[in-house]
Amino acid sequence: MNFDLSEEQTALQDSVGRFFQAELDQTRLLKIFDSDDGHDAQLWKALGDLGVLGLMIDERYGGTGLEMLDAAAVAEVLGYHAAPGPHLGQVLAALAIAQCDDDALKERWLPRLASGESIGTVALAEAGNAWQPNEWTLIKSSTLSGSKRNVLYAQHADIMVVGVAGGQLMLVEHPGESAEISELPGLDGTRRIDHVVFNDTPAVALNGSAGKLRDAACVLLAADAFGGARRCVDMAVDYALTREQFGQVIGAFQALKHQLANVAADIEPARGLYWYAAHAFDAVPEDAERMAALAKAHLAERFLNAAREATQAHGGIAYTWEYPLHVWLKRAVFDRMYLGETSVHRARVAQLSSWAEAS
Amino acid sequence: MDLSYGAEYEAFREEVRGFILANWSPAHARDTERVAAFRLQATEAGYLYRSIPRRFGGSEQPADVLRAQVIQEEFSRARAPMEVVGNGVRMLVPTLLECGAEWQKEKFVPPTVRGEVDWAQGYSEPGSGSDLASVRTRGELVGDEWVINGQKIWTSRAHLCRYMFALVRTEPEAPKHQGISYLLLDLDQPGVTIRPLKQVTGQSEFNEVFFDDARTPADWIVGQRGEGWQVSRSTLKHERTGIGNAETYLVQFSKLLGVARSATKNGRPAIEDPVVQDRLAEIEGYLQSHKYSTYRQLSMNLAGKDPGPVTTMNKLVVTNLGHQIAALAQDLIGDDSLLLPVYGRDRKVGNERWMNQFFGSLGVAIAGGTSNIQRNIIGERGYGLPRDNVVPGGKASPDRKGGDGS
Ligand SMILES: Cc1cc2nc3c(=O)[nH]c(=O)nc-3n(C[C@H](O)[C@H](O)[C@H](O)COP(=O)(O)OP(=O)(O)OC[C@H]3O[C@@H](n4cnc5c(N)ncnc54)[C@H](O)[C@@H]3O)c2cc1C
Repeated sequence: MNFDLSEEQTALQDSVGRFFQAELDQTRLLKIFDSDDGHDAQLWKALGDLGVLGLMIDERYGGTGLEMLDAAAVAEVLGYHAAPGPHLGQVLAALAIAQCDDDALKERWLPRLASGESIGTVALAEAGNAWQPNEWTLIKSSTLSGSKRNVLYAQHADIMVVGVAGGQLMLVEHPGESAEISELPGLDGTRRIDHVVFNDTPAVALNGSAGKLRDAACVLLAADAFGGARRCVDMAVDYALTREQFGQVIGAFQALKHQLANVAADIEPARGLYWYAAHAFDAVPEDAERMAALAKAHLAERFLNAAREATQAHGGIAYTWEYPLHVWLKRAVFDRMYLGETSVHRARVAQLSSWAEAS
Repeated sequence: MDLSYGAEYEAFREEVRGFILANWSPAHARDTERVAAFRLQATEAGYLYRSIPRRFGGSEQPADVLRAQVIQEEFSRARAPMEVVGNGVRMLVPTLLECGAEWQKEKFVPPTVRGEVDWAQGYSEPGSGSDLASVRTRGELVGDEWVINGQKIWTSRAHLCRYMFALVRTEPEAPKHQGISYLLLDLDQPGVTIRPLKQVTGQSEFNEVFFDDARTPADWIVGQRGEGWQVSRSTLKHERTGIGNAETYLVQFSKLLGVARSATKNGRPAIEDPVVQDRLAEIEGYLQSHKYSTYRQLSMNLAGKDPGPVTTMNKLVVTNLGHQIAALAQDLIGDDSLLLPVYGRDRKVGNERWMNQFFGSLGVAIAGGTSNIQRNIIGERGYGLPRDNVVPGGKASPDRKGGDGS
């Protein structure tokens, strides 16, 4: 038994971490956060070159052929650095295409998704917080009509995986040409969202499980949230070690120390939760859906809590737009709300646990 | 990531199962002689007291956390007795093995691991809890005996224990931490008065212990004079580094599910209530986190890697888990929580037994270093935040450790 990342996985995390350390300083992060479209083409290309976009794409199609645990380990780093851009939608769209059995589609899109040359996204939510596959109402047909909300980077997308009634998936190629896309004034400047109206938009059916796509999204969000929460603690600790009041660094004040200790103890143990959820996605199918839901619910809550506490721990500086902590605060709100808020996933956990049956 | 044990350990598991099957029946659980005999056999077979040398009654096995884990799993599944529970095995024995004289190990370790004698932990005093190094109980060497005067308090099970290991001030002139010795003493003597304290549960488990010219031989000291603080650190280390046990709380949670199935809410089983489900899932999030956190810590220890600040958090994490379970349990049992529970594991008692879990969870938050002390440790040792300026008697004590509490 070895419940730890492999050396390769740790090295992967380190190299992606070093990349962001070098390429994404606070100035650049805030610049992208404040930019019109939240997408930095140069950064995106560099991520593609680094192999981050095609981790789970088969080597045959230009990817690295790794598993969810690897992708989640990287997602933690993305969360830690609040990496801006269409990454989440990219990974999910590629997964949806990879699990269908249309080889022509795979050949057409997977290599471009792996390199970052094309951008992919997923259109899940409908009005009324309808994120879950069983809530989708868009009618399945060779042309789609209706709308989807909160679609990641739809304006940039070359392909869009769309959830339709019956919990099925369809693919719209070049949605910009056949659907009406309007930008939503999103809170999280690192993950932009759009409103998409389909009007006789041509689409092809994608066989494969929408549930699996949702599980993947849950795991990736959980990993992102863990990384983000850890960053909040690190920022608050660094600040507590430098800021002085009453003639001493504020980290010596016990009230603040205990506040930070509580947050740290709230999140640190949860690293293994997202690891196991990712591992279950890869290797323990009977546990995969439940653990993905549990990890998403738990870590999204922890991240938002950590961001709140870190904000308080900083004082006035945290309440400014210039100081970057708000980037994580908003990312935490996103991680918690995207794909449905916590109680939705906790209810799923309860259902999937068969707690009602005596053990 | 590899969660399987591998062929070697699965074979070992079979061996352990076979052993238990051949030698233990749950029907013997209350037969103390059979329990003792089984422990001897299990030690002989290498399953218990693995880190204790054979000559002191252990089985002297090479360190192997996975084998230990397999043994734990199989013994608990079969409800077979494991090592004797108590401060003796958990704290004194490791301390003696690390710091004790040879004759002390020979004299004290074997009867302790056989469960023939148990030990009280004589650390806390009325004036010294979290600030443990301020103990005032005095020990004076008169001839070939220590003469002890003073008082200990909150001493768990002292009324049932034969011996005590105690922190006693023997060098009153030396600085706080350098004036303490770690003494062993026989509680069965005229100079010792043990007065049980009625606890919040209504039962008496801990005690006040008064020393009035109590005596112990000069060589019943572990380590040198004035080294008691360091010696006690090694005991505390054994108490705290036990990577908070997830198993205990997994079991509590499954019992909580049982209550949720039998309790009703709005005329339906409470387990079907969305609010109850939400709270269960919240606890499950913390519980599974802790479970995999312990897996990770075990794996990293095994590989000689440092798991990082999480190692300072285990006690606070399980304390919080216990509180959450207690809170939901009370809502589930409803007005049964107005009843004072009968103590012990009497199966005839009803839902109010959950109030014991509630009180127990509060004890966990205090004993072994309070939650605030844990937060100091997390902040200071885990994240390098500066010590706060504790000012006893008007001046900061420079060598104060973040949290001394026993
Ligand atoms: C069930 C139970 C069993 C026990 N068994 C034993 C035993 O067998 N042997 C034994 O020796 N002791 C035993 N104890 C005693 C236990 O170790 C002490 O109660 C504990 O260390 C706290 O000390 P105290 O009670 O003096 O509280 P205090 O130290 O007075 O603490 C009171 C409050 O002040 C806070 N506080 C104190 N110092 C600080 C600080 N520096 N920063 C922030 N907050 C602080 C504490 O967190 C606590 O909230 C037991 C206690 C319990 C509850």
